Amino acid sequence: MEQLKLKDLYDGFRNPQTIKALKRLLDKEAKKLNTKINIMEVCGGHTHTIMKYGINQLLPENIEFIHGPGCPVCVMPKERIDHAYLLSLQENVILVTLGDMIKVPGSRGSLQDARSKGADVRFVYSPLDTIKIANENKDKKIIFFAIGFETTTPMTAALLEHVIKNKIDNIYFHINHITVPEPMRVLLDNQDCKIDAFIGPSHVSVITGSKIYEEFVTEYNKPVVVAGFEPVDVMQSILSLVKQFNENKCELEIEYSRAVSYDGNLAAQKLNDKYFIKAEHFRWRGLGDIPNSALKLKDEYAFLDAELIYKDILPNEEIDDHKLCICGDIMRGVAKPNDCKVFGKACKPSSPLGSCMVSSEGACSAYYKYGNLL
Amino acid sequence: MKTITLAHGNGGQENNELISKIFYKAFENEILAKSEDAAIIQDGTLAFSTDSFTVSPIEFPGADIGKLAVCGTCNDLAMMGAKPKYLTCSVIIEEGFEVETLKRIVASMKKELEVNGAIVVSGDTKVVPRGSVDKIFINTTGIGQIQQKGISSNNIQEEDMILVSNSIGKHGATIFASREGIDFSTSLKSDCASLWPVVKKLIDSGIKIRALRDATRGGVSAVLNEWAKQSNICIEIEEEKIPVCDEVNGICELLGFEALSLANEGTFVMAISKDEVQKALKVLKEIDTSKEAQIIGKASTLHREKVVLNTAWGTQRFIDLPTGELLPRIC
Repeated sequence: MEQLKLKDLYDGFRNPQTIKALKRLLDKEAKKLNTKINIMEVCGGHTHTIMKYGINQLLPENIEFIHGPGCPVCVMPKERIDHAYLLSLQENVILVTLGDMIKVPGSRGSLQDARSKGADVRFVYSPLDTIKIANENKDKKIIFFAIGFETTTPMTAALLEHVIKNKIDNIYFHINHITVPEPMRVLLDNQDCKIDAFIGPSHVSVITGSKIYEEFVTEYNKPVVVAGFEPVDVMQSILSLVKQFNENKCELEIEYSRAVSYDGNLAAQKLNDKYFIKAEHFRWRGLGDIPNSALKLKDEYAFLDAELIYKDILPNEEIDDHKLCICGDIMRGVAKPNDCKVFGKACKPSSPLGSCMVSSEGACSAYYKYGNLL
Repeated sequence: MKTITLAHGNGGQENNELISKIFYKAFENEILAKSEDAAIIQDGTLAFSTDSFTVSPIEFPGADIGKLAVCGTCNDLAMMGAKPKYLTCSVIIEEGFEVETLKRIVASMKKELEVNGAIVVSGDTKVVPRGSVDKIFINTTGIGQIQQKGISSNNIQEEDMILVSNSIGKHGATIFASREGIDFSTSLKSDCASLWPVVKKLIDSGIKIRALRDATRGGVSAVLNEWAKQSNICIEIEEEKIPVCDEVNGICELLGFEALSLANEGTFVMAISKDEVQKALKVLKEIDTSKEAQIIGKASTLHREKVVLNTAWGTQRFIDLPTGELLPRIC
């Protein structure tokens, strides 16, 4: 039997003929709309798909994307990034995190800067790779700086499980896991909100299931289609949303049915519940304090919590963003990256003022990287 | 820029900034200002270039640091239409390095020198305490005799065609997979190869080359961006035409990279007049190291100093210089 190649898994979802056909259908359907509709793609991964494949250039004039707050690096407030920076500079500490965090500037510098000052900072593809680092450095304290939405939380939980079961005594955790529905509610509750419909995140929904978006359909009357990351996925999802408007419906749909179900990954959810509870507060960059929008370690695992162990050196005061940076407005969906005066000038990937320009899922990064040719 | 970070060595934006703000500023002169792969000296008769090699792991599928050190410098000379003649070889070795490995690396250098018809005429060896270098660093400097004059990144004209000589990103993807222990594919190997034999054949066929550059760190996107700026033109490339093998595509998909930004060590980009492009393509396809050559785009005036990618479904986007370290995406 011929081996399955990775290419086979996405090729059809980038088929030019399919994309062109979907554009024709979308144009036809959009003509029937009696009003302009603004679709928010919550997830930064979708923002990148839209810019990378030029999906925004295929949209009829009466449909517009609003970019959402779904990039875990972008929404981290500076004081949390400072935590990572300060922890990395502690003696006998190796700070481990996922890729993008290395470049994000806090008020004191980025982890990349800390590394050039002698800090031992390492990035991993999977939190479980931290185990190898801990085994090879038994005389050091390994701090896993955990970030991400519901997507990456189970991987941190899996690392916790391994550390506890195997009594590994040199791995600690700084938890920055956040959740999707709460910021969506904050955006919708704002009276300036222009959002008419949502494209639901792909990877988050694989874990949580589409059920977490039910309230937006029933209580806020905003249709949601959970979409995959390929261009055909996004085009198909927009078409579905426009059809809903034309048929006067408001429903929760799963376009990304090859990976997402209504209930999601129950084993992963159970693992999360074993180790984490909701934190009362988390201050989101650009969105402010959102109650119950983040996770923290349960009390019984406090002995693994680097945030408690190092609490004397970790500041808690809020640190404002650079005054020219409008990342907050961009993440609230009220501005686009090229509305920012410093975009591409004082703020570039090599010298970022804000994390939206750094993160591989940030809207500013997508606009800078792929340009906006129309 | 207060301290040097790994991003300053990426062959992309930060690297350019470091070079222009510190080195070019201090060493300013007409030859350096041309910013070519190799300096053209002695009234245009000689090409002169240097490069240091610090790859990890030092032996990887398809090549090793020794082959890389000879190919790298010889290719820089070849990219200016010069036949590599004389090389120097300077080696910094970490205490405790195995002599057997050193012998393998040097044998590999010897073999590659023969492919180029070049000789090592001077050298230096230093041994430093454990931890001062990562196993072994090699510097090679080379002089080559120019066989075709006028090849330059500053001369690309509107309607010139852009080719790549091979499928792209294999070296970067191989190193990445080896370094990170990604057991991805048994068939993926570096494209590391000497390019002088291919360039010689193009020159011998009477083809007038406008610009040539091997797409090393920073990949094809760095070369095209530099060309667009240096020649004040737009380079438009067609996504469908860019040759990328399945294994490289796979690494890019898994880790969120762009094949256009991954390093190559035996693949070049060529700009050539449209009248000569078919003849050049025919020559390239006859040689093993360039048999996957493709025309990927053309120079235009659409957005000067920018590289534009046209997708198969009619949209466009910029291809920018790579920035930062190559890192995987988060979720």
